Amino acid sequence: MSGPQLREPLIFDLGKPGRHASTQFPPRVAGDAEIPPHLRRAAPPLLPSVSELQAVRHFTRLSQLNFSIDTHFYPLGSCTMKYNPKACNTYATLPEFLACHPLGPAPQGFLACMFELQEMLKSITGMQGVSLTPMAGAQGEFAGVAMIRAYHRARGDSARAEIIVPQAAHGTNPATAAMCGCSVKEIACDQSGDVDVDALQAAVGPQTAGIMLTNPSTLGVFDRKIQEVARIVHGAGGLLYYDGANLNAILGKVRPGDMGFDVMHMNLHKTFATPHGGGGPGSGAVGVGARLLPFLPIPLVGRDCGRYRLFSERDLPQSIGRLSGFMGNAGVNLRAYIYMRMLGRDGMIRVAECATLNANYLMKRLQAAGFETAYPGRRASHEFIVTLKREHNMYQVTAMDVAKRLLDYGFHAPTTYFPLLVAECLLIEPSETESKEELDRFCDAMIAIRREIENDPQSLASAPHTTPVRRLDDVRAAKHLDVVWRPAQ
Amino acid sequence: MSNIPTNRQYTRNHEWLRRLADGAVEVGITDHAQHALGDLVFVELPAVGRSVNAGEACAVVESVKAASDVYSPVAGTVTAVNADLASRPELLNEDPYEAGWLMRLESGAAAAGALLDAAAYAQLLADQAD
Amino acid sequence: MSFVPHTPEDVARMLELIGVRSIEELFDEIPSELKLKELAGVPAALSEMEVGRLLTERASGDGRALNFIGAGAYEHHIPAPVWAIANRGEFYTSYTPYQAEASQGTLQVIYEYQSMMCELTGMEVSNASLYDGASALAEACLMAVRANRRSTSRRILLPRTVNPTYCRVARAIGGGQEIVFQPVDFNRASGRTPLASVSSFDAENCAALVLQQPNFFGRFEDVDDLTQWAHERGILVIAVVNPVSLALMKPPSQWGDVRDGKRGADIVCGEGQPLGIPLSCGGPYFGFMTTRMQYVRQMPGRIVGRTMDTEGRPGFTLTLQAREQHIRRSRATSNICTNQGLMVTAATIYMALLGARGLERVAAASMQRTRDLLAALTRIGGVSSAFGAQAFHESVLLLDRPVAPVLAALAEQGILGGLDLAEWYPELGHALLVCATETKLDIDIQRYAAALAGVMAGAASACRAT
Repeated sequence: MSGPQLREPLIFDLGKPGRHASTQFPPRVAGDAEIPPHLRRAAPPLLPSVSELQAVRHFTRLSQLNFSIDTHFYPLGSCTMKYNPKACNTYATLPEFLACHPLGPAPQGFLACMFELQEMLKSITGMQGVSLTPMAGAQGEFAGVAMIRAYHRARGDSARAEIIVPQAAHGTNPATAAMCGCSVKEIACDQSGDVDVDALQAAVGPQTAGIMLTNPSTLGVFDRKIQEVARIVHGAGGLLYYDGANLNAILGKVRPGDMGFDVMHMNLHKTFATPHGGGGPGSGAVGVGARLLPFLPIPLVGRDCGRYRLFSERDLPQSIGRLSGFMGNAGVNLRAYIYMRMLGRDGMIRVAECATLNANYLMKRLQAAGFETAYPGRRASHEFIVTLKREHNMYQVTAMDVAKRLLDYGFHAPTTYFPLLVAECLLIEPSETESKEELDRFCDAMIAIRREIENDPQSLASAPHTTPVRRLDDVRAAKHLDVVWRPAQ
Repeated sequence: MSNIPTNRQYTRNHEWLRRLADGAVEVGITDHAQHALGDLVFVELPAVGRSVNAGEACAVVESVKAASDVYSPVAGTVTAVNADLASRPELLNEDPYEAGWLMRLESGAAAAGALLDAAAYAQLLADQAD
Repeated sequence: MSFVPHTPEDVARMLELIGVRSIEELFDEIPSELKLKELAGVPAALSEMEVGRLLTERASGDGRALNFIGAGAYEHHIPAPVWAIANRGEFYTSYTPYQAEASQGTLQVIYEYQSMMCELTGMEVSNASLYDGASALAEACLMAVRANRRSTSRRILLPRTVNPTYCRVARAIGGGQEIVFQPVDFNRASGRTPLASVSSFDAENCAALVLQQPNFFGRFEDVDDLTQWAHERGILVIAVVNPVSLALMKPPSQWGDVRDGKRGADIVCGEGQPLGIPLSCGGPYFGFMTTRMQYVRQMPGRIVGRTMDTEGRPGFTLTLQAREQHIRRSRATSNICTNQGLMVTAATIYMALLGARGLERVAAASMQRTRDLLAALTRIGGVSSAFGAQAFHESVLLLDRPVAPVLAALAEQGILGGLDLAEWYPELGHALLVCATETKLDIDIQRYAAALAGVMAGAASACRAT
C-alpha cells in the first residue's frame, strides 16, 4: 500500500475534447436562440473536459494533500480549531433546509432554530440583541463599528470618528475601522500584557468613537483592568467593541456584556464549532447592548403572533442596513445552533474550562522543557505565546522554521508572527477537544525540535521534509504572478 | 551592520535624500529599511508632475511580508521616478542608495522637521535595537 | 454533554502539573464580581439522536415546495459528487491555507477555481472569493474608486436594473467610505437601461458604472453601448454577471468596443451560488470577483499563485498578501479575512464536471424552460409579460391585481410562484418576477399554470364582487 499521491496534475491537463460527465447534462434544447448575436459568446470557455471518475479522483486526491482537524492537531492561536461535530453537517443539510429559497414564505422550522440561536447567544454574551447576518468575523466587526458610528450620529455627535485599537489587535480591527471611515489610534499594552490604562486615558477625547478589544487578548491573557478600561472609554463618551475571536476562553465564565462592552461579534466558526472549510464560510453574528438595538443589521429573526418572520427596514428604520444578499451564512448558523443544543448549558461551560486547562497544561509543560513564554507570570487563557527569540539569537532559527518542522511531526503549525508585538512568536491554542495524550505528543515533538535546534539548526531551515512540497518561494510567487492556468501554446 | 553613507541625510522613517548636481532632491529608502522589509516584490511610485507635501505618503514598497509607505522628506514636485524598479524591485535590496533610488523632486523648501546626518541616523538605529 | 475527551484522572494529573487545585483556579485573574453565576438562557444538552429528531421535525414543517423564485438564488441540479467530495473532512475541516505546505489541496483547488472564473469572465485575475454576490458588488465599488486614477470622484452610477438588494448592500457597506450611489433609471417598456439614462449625468464626477447582465428582470442590457460610453469618459465598468449565463453569453472582457486593444469591463463580480451551491435558506453562497492584471493590487480578498518549492517543483501559495488586513492593517484594500473556501471547492468540482458543454446545456435549458413558463402563464387571463419575451432564465409578469395574495394562494398549493416586485418597483404595477431553470419539467410548468389559472379565476370573481 502506498500513501496518498504527493502530486496531482491540474484538472485542465486531465481532460480531452469530446470527453464529458454527460449524465450530469440536462436534455438538449434550442433555448439560446433568444440571445442577440452581438451578445453571444464567440468561443466556449476552456473549462475541463473530464469524465465523472476523473473529476472525483482528482478532487479526492487533492483533499489528501491537506491537513485538517479530522486528520491532524491544529494548535492555531486565536483560531479555535476544535472538532466540528459531524451531526451539525448532517442535520443542517436535511433536504428541506437545502431546498428552501430565501425569498419564499418564512420557513418556520428554520427560523425557529435561528430565533433560539439569537436568544442563546444573547444569554451567553450578556447582550440585549443579536443579528446573525454578518458572514464572517470581519463583517461582524464592520457591523459593530458601523453601529457605533450610527449611534453617535443619531445623537448629533458625528465628530466621533476615531477608533482606539491596542497594538496586539487582530489586523481586521484597524482595517475595519478604516472601512467604516474612522481613523485608527493604536495604543500600547503594559508589561504584563494588559491595556496600558495611562496610554488609554491620554488617547480618549471628544473624537473617540470607541475602542476595539479582544479579552482575553491575543497575548493569551485576560485583561484584569477591563472594568477600568470600560470606565475610561465610557467616561469619554466612547463605546466598547468586543472582538469575539477568543470567546471560547470564557464561555459561561464571564460575559462581555457584564465586562462593560456595548457591542461585539462572535466567530461561530471558532467558538461554536462550525467548519473552517479551508478558509470559510464563517459566520460573525453581532450582539449589542440596549443603546445599539435600533441599529442592528437586518434581517433579524423576530416573532409576531406566534409566527417567526424576518424583520426588515420597516421594523428597524435606523438599522445600518443589509450586509448580505439574503440572511448571511444561514447554513453555518444552523450548524452552530445544532452544536449549542448538543452541548447544552453544562457542556458550554466545560468548553471554556477544558480549553483553559489544556492551554495552561501545555504552557507549563513547554516552560518546563525550557521554552520561553511571553507572560510567564500570568495564567494562560485558552492560548499562550512561546517566543523563540533566544533560539533565534543563538542558532539563527526562526519561528517559521519551527512551525514548518512541526508539519513533519504531523502537527499543524501554531499561529506564527502574531501578535506582532512579540518577537519570533508562536501563538498556541490547543482547544478543548484535544486529549492529554495528543498534547503530550505535541510537547514531545516540540522538545525533539528543540534538540534539533541545538544539534542541527540547518535541518530546520529546510523543513518541512515530508509534506507534498518543500518550502515554497513566496518571493517568486509575488514577483512572477502565475494566478491563472493558460493552455500551452 | 547597516550601511549608512555619510553623503546623505536621513529621516526617522528610514528614508534617505541627497541633493544632486542639478539641484534636484533624490529620495530612497535606507539599507536598514530594505533589510527589515525583506525581499521586495513591488514598488508603487508617484506620477511625475505630482506635487507632494513634506511628510506625505507618496510611494509604497512591498515585500511578501510587509508593505510600507514612503514619505517624502521635503515638499516639492516629482520630476522623475526610477522606472527600472517596475521590473526589478530587487534593486532596492541590492543597491538601496544608488540603483535603488525611488524618485527625484524639484524642491526649494527645507525639509520638514529635522533631518538626521549619518551619525545621528546610526544612533537612531542603535537606540531602536535596544 | 460535550466533545471533551478528558477523564477525571486526566484532569487531576493536568491540574497537578500546572500546580493548581481546581479548574476554577485557572480563572482567578478574572475579577470575581464579573464571574457568571449560571448560564440561564441555554437549555440542557441533547444527544445527537435527540437533536436529529428535533431538526428533522423542524425541517419537515418547511416542506419542499415547487419553486419558481430566482432573484439572485437559483435552483439548479447539483451533481452528487460535488458535495460528496466537498464534505470530505480534509476540505471541510481544514484551515485557511496560510501554511502552504500543509494545504496544497485547498490551494490547488483555488488556483483551478481562479482559472475557471477567468475563463468564464474573460478576465486576467480572480480572487479566491468573497462572501456573496451582494457584498462582492460593494467591494467592487470600493475597488473601482481606488483603481480609477483619472478621477477622484466617489460616485458610482448604479442602474435600477441591478438586483435591488445588491444596491442596498452596496450602500450599507460603501456608505462608510462615503461612496455615493447614483440611481440610473430604466425604460419602462423594455426593462433595460437606455444610453440616454446614463448620458444625462456629469461624467466628470463618476468613478464607475455598474452593469448587470442579464439584469434583475432577466433582460439583456446593451452592454456594448453603455461600456463604450463609460470608457470614452474614463469611467470604469463593473460587470455583475450570472456565471451560468456566461456559458452562452459574451464575457464582460468583450463588452464595448474592444478593437485596437481597447478593453471591456474592468471589474467583474457576481453570485457564485448557481455553480453547485444549494439554496439553503439564503447561504452560505460565495461572491466572485475578477479583474485585469493592472488592477490586481486594488483587488480585495485572497489570491493563490503557482510558484516553486526549494527543490524546483511547482506548488501553490497565497500571494500578494501585502494588500490584506493582516499585513496592511488600517491601509488594507478591505477588512475581509475569510473567503467562502468550501463553497468555492464545491463550485470548482461543479464546473469541472459540467465543463463548457454542460454549462452551456444548463444555460440553454434554463432559458427554454423560462420561455415555456412564460408561454404557459401569459395564456391565463389577467397575466401578461412586462417587457416582451426576450430573457435569460427569469422574466417579469404583470398581473391585473396585487401579487401578494396570489402568491399566498399558490404557496398553499405548494408552489412558490415568484417574487412580488411591489416593494422595489411600485411603478411597474402588479409585477411578478418568475424564474425557471433546467430543473423544471413540463409537468411542473403545467402544474404552476393550472394553479395560477385557478387562483386568478377564483380571485377575479372576488375582485368583481367588491
